[in-house]
Amino acid sequence: MLSVLTDNWDLFRDGFWLTIRLFLVSAVLSLVLGTILAAFRVSPIPALRGVGTGYVNTLRNTPLTLVFAFLFFGAAKMDLALPSPYWAGVGALTIYTSAFVCEVVRSGVNTVSPGQSEAARAVGMTFFQVLTLIVLPQAFRAIVPPLSSVFIALLKNTTIAAGFSLAEAGAIPFSMSERGENQLLTLIWITIGFLILIVPLMFLQRWAERRTAVA
Amino acid sequence: MSDSGTLTQTGLVALTGVNKHFGELHVLKDINLSIAKGEVVVVIGPSGSGKSTLCRAINRLETIDSGTIELDGQPLPSEGKTLATLRADVGMVFQSFNLFAHKTILQNVTLGPLKVRKMDPKKAEQRAMELLERVGVASQASKYPAQLSGGQQQRVAIARALAMDPKVILFDEPTSALDPEMIQEVLEVMIDLAKQQMTMVVVTHEMGFARSAANRVVFMADGEIVEQADPETFFTSPTSRRAQDFLGKILKH
Repeated sequence: MLSVLTDNWDLFRDGFWLTIRLFLVSAVLSLVLGTILAAFRVSPIPALRGVGTGYVNTLRNTPLTLVFAFLFFGAAKMDLALPSPYWAGVGALTIYTSAFVCEVVRSGVNTVSPGQSEAARAVGMTFFQVLTLIVLPQAFRAIVPPLSSVFIALLKNTTIAAGFSLAEAGAIPFSMSERGENQLLTLIWITIGFLILIVPLMFLQRWAERRTAVA
Repeated sequence: MSDSGTLTQTGLVALTGVNKHFGELHVLKDINLSIAKGEVVVVIGPSGSGKSTLCRAINRLETIDSGTIELDGQPLPSEGKTLATLRADVGMVFQSFNLFAHKTILQNVTLGPLKVRKMDPKKAEQRAMELLERVGVASQASKYPAQLSGGQQQRVAIARALAMDPKVILFDEPTSALDPEMIQEVLEVMIDLAKQQMTMVVVTHEMGFARSAANRVVFMADGEIVEQADPETFFTSPTSRRAQDFLGKILKH
């Protein structure tokens, strides 16, 4: 069983390395975009709220495969040159995941008592200051557990990229069958690989929960 | 900026023809009220009379449907930076204190001066400690709000408001959420402020405070200002039926 892994180490290594790069970059970008969208959704400006709501309703209800297809094929049809398949993949994952991050952040914001932001506004803080100095730091605690779930889903969603010529971990079975390797053992090793990747995420979640529990 | 030609003799806070609805409910009915610099105005009335809404409308925590609210001759802007700037000059003390839960007592008081006034950190801290000293909670400076009693929290909230050097402070039922034995310590701080000519609008059920510290009592019922007078006149000879009823109910004992 081990030989399946060791004989094809190059495939597994390159595949999972691409998975990790897709995941980390998309995670950071969707956290940023999702938080901005959440700020839109709780802002006092109706137009911004509309943009946020429209984004979430559209992207959260679009299958990820379709988002990929739009970026890989649709963009080409519209003569929009995307920098590379890698960045198109990051783009699709980010656009999709940020809709979920937005809702997680927004629900976290709603756990902070309205009195907190009222007091901050009464002191003369701008909307941006109220959000970043008062509301988000207190919302963080409620955000951590559901955000971890969103990121674990993102990690697994990276495998969709295999269908779009990105040789990440989800694409390993294709190459393995060309090499005539045992498919079942291949799948088991990929599963183990994903479990190993998820462990640090779980530790990160536990650490963040402990850190925010004090306040 | 100051176009005083049209604004003859307006007070520091001036409400003109203010109306507000919560759905069907008409909570503020054509309110006209002018508050002079250094004046202490106590707003009383039965619950649901609109007094808290009135108080919150003055710094636009509640929007209004019609009418104008002016602060120091400037109409309240509807949103954005100009509103924030104007709010910085209006202190607010809430019924439920609303201290920033994730900040220490000292940080609660310095945050506004640092982030809104861009004050030098050393100066802000020094001033904050003076104010905490003044309200008697300096020894708690490094604690978090949840570690303090309600009375202490409310006194910190007053220090937080004072740290902005406001032109006026709004008190929205500042003692209503307090245990009885803590009411006095908060009222004493407020009486002290009144003596120092701080302009104050106080929504309260504390008639003792109204008698001893107010320059004027405003009585509201059903969204209207029914009657206003100096405390002595109001408490001894109220003219309206509704004020007589109200006082009869609360001063019976």
